[in-house]
Amino acid sequence: MHKDDFPFFQYQDIIYLDNAATTQKPQHVLEVMNEYYTRYCANTHRGSHDLGNKATQEYEDARRCVAEFIGADTNELVFTKGTTESINLLASSYVKDNFDTVILSELEHHSNILPWQLKDLHLEVISLDNNLNIDLNVYESLVQKHPKSFIAITHISNSFGILNPVKELIKIAHKYACTVMIDGAQALAHVNIDVKELDVDFYAVSAHKAYGPTGIGALYGKYELLQKMNPYQGGGSMIDDVSFEYSTFLNPPFRFEAGTQAIAEAIGFKAALLYLKNIQGLQKHDEAMLTYAKQRLQRLEGVELYTQADNVCGNISFNIKGLHHDDIGILLSKQNIMVRTGHHCTLPIMKKLGLEGTVRLSFALYNTQEDIDKTIQGLQKAVGMLR
Amino acid sequence: MSIHEEINLIHDELALFDDVMDKYEYIIELGGELLPLDEQYKTSVYKVQGCQSQIWLHPYEKEGKLYFEADGDALIAKGLVDILIRIYSGHTAEEILETDTSQLKSLHLSEIISSGRQNGIASMLKKIYDFAKKVKNAR
Repeated sequence: MHKDDFPFFQYQDIIYLDNAATTQKPQHVLEVMNEYYTRYCANTHRGSHDLGNKATQEYEDARRCVAEFIGADTNELVFTKGTTESINLLASSYVKDNFDTVILSELEHHSNILPWQLKDLHLEVISLDNNLNIDLNVYESLVQKHPKSFIAITHISNSFGILNPVKELIKIAHKYACTVMIDGAQALAHVNIDVKELDVDFYAVSAHKAYGPTGIGALYGKYELLQKMNPYQGGGSMIDDVSFEYSTFLNPPFRFEAGTQAIAEAIGFKAALLYLKNIQGLQKHDEAMLTYAKQRLQRLEGVELYTQADNVCGNISFNIKGLHHDDIGILLSKQNIMVRTGHHCTLPIMKKLGLEGTVRLSFALYNTQEDIDKTIQGLQKAVGMLR
Repeated sequence: MSIHEEINLIHDELALFDDVMDKYEYIIELGGELLPLDEQYKTSVYKVQGCQSQIWLHPYEKEGKLYFEADGDALIAKGLVDILIRIYSGHTAEEILETDTSQLKSLHLSEIISSGRQNGIASMLKKIYDFAKKVKNAR
């Protein structure tokens, strides 16, 4: 029973189904962060005292571990605050100077729309089919029309759970000399990621959606691309030489990590991924949760689901005819069932579907069928009160 | 009745419910009874920012007192709006401004007291106080 690994569930009797927003943290993640603060708290990459060396060693080992987890080389992994910062870094340090057009899908999270918009990049949007899937022919003809563009697509939709065929998307993109970034915020905890096998140019992740701490994430980039990129921010620990006339910078990934980094969080990130790696049958569990939730939801009167696709992973969105998602969310919350309601930071797709928002259940490795049963009971109670 | 007395009265009403779900059933009922708002006020000008659901608030002054009328598309939000209208409508700008919003904590309605940027009820409260300030400063 994985719930026992998470102290959160020892302190309160809560059904937590908002894992796409953030997950709970296993005991071990909290322990290693505590250990850093109590045993060897020191800054990294500075000076030569033993504590600093130990902190640096642990921080760099975290980089190696995160890189390995997604199939990257250690020097191709930049630590950031999270997926959002990874994408903003990419927009500032690379895309704005090398591309005019960014191609993205209608499903994208605001954090994969606004960083491009803020750099005045022209956006081309891939229209989705009725099941919210990308039709590869539609995609290819758009890419063909805009060769040498930058393409930024989510691996798994945070609003509707759609798992995109990223490998095919990347292959087609490269055929037309495009460069691709995959937003892996929702994918890290749910699917195996191998950036080399995908041949993806950039991949962005957050720790906190995969049982790690908030405030840390990563940007993977092919090394030859990272080398072409300008620093994102200036500050300590990213320089080769500084004078008032001219400064030079370290090689990637250090060039992109100005100032003191989230050291404890990096160490916690590593612990989270090691925990995740040891969980058996994760994808099977994911599938079981989703299939069961879908079955139970479909039996409720007036339920509206927005995709019949099979390639759904991690979360499911719905509404109940005639009822407001916000009312449902509040009434579930009063029964200690935490779900997300609203537009999930994906306003463009909500507008296209004519929705103000949805109720979203998102799953983690500690959720059980019983959680779903209780949620359905809670929903029935809420619906009874609202009708 | 003063604002303070009205808050106490609502506190006593809500305290009758032992079960939190019963309390929210009552709030839903209040939401259903909220008087309809004239369509001319359902525009972006009157819309309360940062709402999980849509709320429109129309404040006005009549014979030195401030009145509020509102509507929304979610029932619980409407019920909470109804409670706020009962508390603040029919009082002078000074009376409103002298009332510390921390008094509302006694109602134990987390949707009213949390100050999240997405919290429409908190934004509505701010609109009520902003209107009171505007009226006071215009004098």
